[in-house]
Amino acid sequence: MKKTLSALLAAALLSSPAAAQDPILIGVIGSLTGAEATYGLSTRHGVELAIEELNSKGGLKGRMFAAKVYDDQGKPEEAATATTRLVSQDKVAIVLGEVASSRSLAMAPIAEANKVPMITPSSTNPRVTKDGGKVRQWVFRVCFIDPFQGTVMAKWARESLKLERVAILRDVGNDYSMGLSDFFTAKFKELGGTILADESYKAGDQDFKAQLTSLKGKKPQAIYTPGYYTDVALIARQARELNMNMPLLGGDGWDSSKLYEIGGSALDGYYFSNHYSTDDPSPAIQNFIKTYKAKYKETPDALAALAYDAMLITADAMGRATAPTGEPLRKAIAATKGFKGVTGVITLDADHNAVKPAVILKITGKKPGYAGTIKP
Amino acid sequence: MRALRSLAPFLLGAPVFWLVQCYAPPTLAIVLLMAGVNVILAVSLNMVNGFTGQFSLGHAGFMAIGAYTTAKITLALGDPAGGVPPWLWSNGVFLLALLAGMGLSALMGLMVGVPSLRLRGDYLAIVTLGFNEIIRVLIENVRWLGGATGISGVPPYTTLVWVGLAALATVVTAQRLLCSTHGRAMLSVREDEVAAEAMGVDTVGYKVRAFALSAAFAGLGGGLLGHYILLVTPKSFTFVKSIEVVVMVVLGGMGSISGATLAAVLLTGALELMRGLDQYRMVMYSLLLVVLMLARPTGLFGTREIWEFWGAKKKKAAA
Repeated sequence: MKKTLSALLAAALLSSPAAAQDPILIGVIGSLTGAEATYGLSTRHGVELAIEELNSKGGLKGRMFAAKVYDDQGKPEEAATATTRLVSQDKVAIVLGEVASSRSLAMAPIAEANKVPMITPSSTNPRVTKDGGKVRQWVFRVCFIDPFQGTVMAKWARESLKLERVAILRDVGNDYSMGLSDFFTAKFKELGGTILADESYKAGDQDFKAQLTSLKGKKPQAIYTPGYYTDVALIARQARELNMNMPLLGGDGWDSSKLYEIGGSALDGYYFSNHYSTDDPSPAIQNFIKTYKAKYKETPDALAALAYDAMLITADAMGRATAPTGEPLRKAIAATKGFKGVTGVITLDADHNAVKPAVILKITGKKPGYAGTIKP
Repeated sequence: MRALRSLAPFLLGAPVFWLVQCYAPPTLAIVLLMAGVNVILAVSLNMVNGFTGQFSLGHAGFMAIGAYTTAKITLALGDPAGGVPPWLWSNGVFLLALLAGMGLSALMGLMVGVPSLRLRGDYLAIVTLGFNEIIRVLIENVRWLGGATGISGVPPYTTLVWVGLAALATVVTAQRLLCSTHGRAMLSVREDEVAAEAMGVDTVGYKVRAFALSAAFAGLGGGLLGHYILLVTPKSFTFVKSIEVVVMVVLGGMGSISGATLAAVLLTGALELMRGLDQYRMVMYSLLLVVLMLARPTGLFGTREIWEFWGAKKKKAAA
């Protein structure tokens, strides 16, 4: 019984259709189901839109691109299995994914071992591309990393908002929030500011009044809260209830339409750093937003924009490389310089991280508006 | 002779697993590897949920303990010392680390089991669920354990041979346990706790023993999983993982070792075969579960084993 089953499984897994003019296969891994399904869907939409546009322009020297998308249910072990399947069975030229750093971390060693390039569009944890002081040769990213985002907001607070005394409210169970807070603190102090207090909460908490009251007593000019949107929206509401009028500052974890649904007008006057702004008047961005909206009936979030850029950088590198796979492709991606994407001008540094500006958004009337750009 | 008999499955299994590891295509090898880990988890949970009829929802918590312990040890003892050949060193360290992970998991199982196994049914389910969450939240908040992202850079020690032998060990242990005095006592607890108590069976004692043993093998599964995905993260050990294992046990039939084994292989394989369906995959998977449970309410084999069906058929044919 077990033998027949595994034989069946083997037969099903081995059979792969062969086409006359093989397209260049792009492997995509995302959480299409599970608690973080919107992340996976945005990534998928971004990649597919880019592929559609590239193919309508003739693909890569006449060869079309095709995406092979696998779901990982938001689980690291599923992401690892899916990556193995993409590289060993589907023989994709490159793997694009994941959003969450924990899943990208499970994918990276497999890409390394099989010598297939991997670009993560939106994992910001430094360990994804560089683990224990060693750069992963085959893994790249097109977004900035946590340390950069923390320093960006510190610069904005100190130099543009001219703040001197800031407090921090961080999510202790979240590496992302911890990282941003640490780097914000370091940079803000370096620029001559003072951190008055450092309070913490745990994702999923409902009542933040104790921490907020304690912070209120210290009279900070702003509070840095780099958490995820669900918690931040509640913090914002409760801060207003306590008559705290200083702005809250945050990171790209705030970027969700849900933030405004829950937080409402309490969020007015708050700032957060992000990968791109939908307000940006540049034609490339407006064009992307228009075609995306026409195809998927929703405004693209930063994850979709980053996935779109990841695919365009892939195509760009393939155009420059002697062959659209393996070592030539890896070298071409590593040499990416001054690429004009939707999320800014992207250059990959020696650690395979994207060096590019971050935008600061200011919330007014339940909408994020462009407030400024901080260059690296 | 008896020693040879107990070693036979491993002596026969090892070359088979080695051959599969060498010649199977990578994707099939990985599906078999994941299936093997799931067999370990399902068969070990079966010792609690199936044999003693208790309802534990904390299996992922024990997996986490095993995974973190194993990873910490293999990372600390990464480089060969004293002129030992690297392959021998890495496999030796891995064995040691897995045993340590199993030990610590069993210890935690004992600590959770002794007070909570005085409870029955739903109450025990809640306690174990709580334990699972405590472990996960603790890990997320301890920086030494890598916090929310977890420990990356775990050495790639898990191979198909390791998983195959570990799965065999789990199945053999469960089978031998079931046929022993201890196993019979556990079954009596499942069938009627009051009657078992009246017959002089130490019901709480047997429940605790089953729980600790089950925890040990969950730790083994966790350790193997961590050294395959090369990352140990709390996200792998949420209560959803516990539920998945419970599903395998229930689908296979509570108390049936071959049932749990087959369900683990079947569900892992089905999930992989349906990967091409994208987001509809989970719909199909859930539908499969609903249909299977409606068709066979007591699980694939009920409380029986697969060979008992063959026996029944032969008897029918004879009559």
